[in-house]
Amino acid sequence: MNFFNLFKRGGSAPVARDRLQILFAHERSAPSSPDLLTVLREEILTAVARHVEIEPAGVTVQMNRGNRISTLEVEIEIPNSVRSLSSQGRRKRPLLAAHRSA
Amino acid sequence: MAKVVVVTSGKGGVGKTTTTAAVGAALAQIGQKVVIVDFDVGLRNLDLVMGAERRVVYDLINVIQGIAKLQQALIRDKRVDTLALLPASQTRDKDALTEDGVRRVIAQLRQMFDWVICDSPAGIERGATLAMRFADIAVIVTNPEVSSVRDSDRIIGLLDAKTLKAERGERIDKHLLITRYDQTRATRGEMLGIDDVLEILAIPLLAIVPESEEVLRASNLGSPVTLSNSGSGAARAYFDAARRLMGEDIEMTVPSDKVGLFGKLFGRRAA
Repeated sequence: MNFFNLFKRGGSAPVARDRLQILFAHERSAPSSPDLLTVLREEILTAVARHVEIEPAGVTVQMNRGNRISTLEVEIEIPNSVRSLSSQGRRKRPLLAAHRSA
Repeated sequence: MAKVVVVTSGKGGVGKTTTTAAVGAALAQIGQKVVIVDFDVGLRNLDLVMGAERRVVYDLINVIQGIAKLQQALIRDKRVDTLALLPASQTRDKDALTEDGVRRVIAQLRQMFDWVICDSPAGIERGATLAMRFADIAVIVTNPEVSSVRDSDRIIGLLDAKTLKAERGERIDKHLLITRYDQTRATRGEMLGIDDVLEILAIPLLAIVPESEEVLRASNLGSPVTLSNSGSGAARAYFDAARRLMGEDIEMTVPSDKVGLFGKLFGRRAA
């Protein structure tokens, strides 16, 4: 056990709540109706793939449900070796990530 | 008109049997005719928690198989005369529980009692789905803990899909009953709070049962907590749950065990 953890006890409940909310965003989608996250993932992927080469495995879509607002977090890995399909030049691309609220 | 209630949870060990015994007894203590039915075939325990383990002669399976009449299998409680128990069998053959058999027994019990309370086994297998099959009302017992909350969510999904009411397009009444709640730890952020659990599961709250020494004491004694110590926090929470099931509007609180100064100084009395 980390020595500093001794002084940092408590406050694990918010972590539990967040983990459950993220989990249920995935688990609750009824099998009959297409999962919202799957649909979003597919469409965002298609849109991005028109401009850059991406690996389907390197895409993460997450819904974080909060009290007042929920956020959609999209993380797409773009290998540094691939070139943009639309623009020339080789520059380091940051991960494309949607705004993440605190 | 009789109401059939299933006490369920998915996860084991969260307090289904304790809740069945306590809510059943509480309803009977306020004058209702109640039968509590153990659906945990092979691992029956409701008889033990009720202190009736030495009075079991026939069980639910015997009634379903026609070996015994329902009247022969019902055990009338010695403390509350409007309370009865229908025990589960110790047989390992779970297939002995048939849907048709359960339907017939529940229909008969509806004629005889105001409340038929079914204690579901843990899990999502046959025993659990048959326990909920003919229910009008579901009480989902949940601990403020991640695995219990997740399993409750699964069970809510099953209730909305596999019950007769759901299949007929009707709504099954679902209520959340939170057990082993510790207000102090929740305030410190060490335990999921009531609001967290309610927000995640999104079903109405029936009661908050505090973590209480009285629950273990009650099962040691073979008595529902509402009978063994009716003034304890857990018992008062269960009485409130019973009254809410009856349709009364009662302010939601977390009843605590009252420990006077004397109790604090000298500790709890021995059970």
